[in-house]
Amino acid sequence: MSTCTTHSAPEPVFAEPWHAQVFALTVALNEAGQFEWSDWADRFSHTLKLHGLDKELDGGNDYFHAWLENLEQLLVEQGSTLPGDIQRMRNAWEEAYLTTPHGQPVHLAAGE
Amino acid sequence: MPHDDHDHPHALLPPDPALRVKALETILTRKGLIDPVALDEIIDTYQNKIGPQNGARVVAKAWGDSAFKQALLADATSVVADLGFYGRQGEHIVVVENTPEQHNMVVCTLCSCYPWPLLGIPPGWYKSDAYRARAVREPRKVLAEFGVELTPESSVRVWDSTAEIRYLVLPMRPEGSEGLGEEDLAALVTRDSMIGTGLPKVPS
Repeated sequence: MSTCTTHSAPEPVFAEPWHAQVFALTVALNEAGQFEWSDWADRFSHTLKLHGLDKELDGGNDYFHAWLENLEQLLVEQGSTLPGDIQRMRNAWEEAYLTTPHGQPVHLAAGE
Repeated sequence: MPHDDHDHPHALLPPDPALRVKALETILTRKGLIDPVALDEIIDTYQNKIGPQNGARVVAKAWGDSAFKQALLADATSVVADLGFYGRQGEHIVVVENTPEQHNMVVCTLCSCYPWPLLGIPPGWYKSDAYRARAVREPRKVLAEFGVELTPESSVRVWDSTAEIRYLVLPMRPEGSEGLGEEDLAALVTRDSMIGTGLPKVPS
């Protein structure tokens, strides 16, 4: 844990762009009425406990890995998506990055 | 560093979780469950507009206006809403006042519940297992690590925020701040002093 002796350097609100993205996705879904925040917090607490069984979680990447897994599970349980769909779309994005020349905007291939 | 390599043949591949988040975003957008523009707005809000400066204004006002302070301690949610601080994760805010006899600090043992409209997004350490476990078990030791030394006669009370109730600490007004206006007072109020893991700055 940080001893927090220096407070002068401003910390970024989100350490990684994907932390911000998964946070915003979750807030947007909550505001669209897809789930109650208290339900989210209960589930997230459970997921954090599971992730923290064999290591002490930091408040950055570890925390947002648990957050992402929690969101995926919630969406699958609600029937908003299927695990296979997430994996397929993830691979489609990977393929898109690997086949887009450096410096060009990355788009999914037609039909994906 | 791969991203410094301009001869790289393809776009820099984001890490696995970033690809999974992109996948969710694509799927949910296509289903009409989210609007990508709304996502950008949410990120912009928390990166640039909402942060501890909001809470600092509330604290400064309470230091200078005892009627406001009493109202704040009685019903913080509606009092801060009147100042324009309301919305997500601010549905029920409770303000706890530090006194010479009692120091307050806030944790969320459940996950990371926090008064977003007043403080923004919590810092990494607030979300860490270490803080979440130790704040309750050994608060004085944690406070000492943050550089907060309490007098022996001061007790420590730890408040556990939940999805329903989020706490904000009202720190004690520092000595030497007499005669300062609200804006100068607000500049003394740090984020950590409103979580209870720090004290306000002392005027120079």
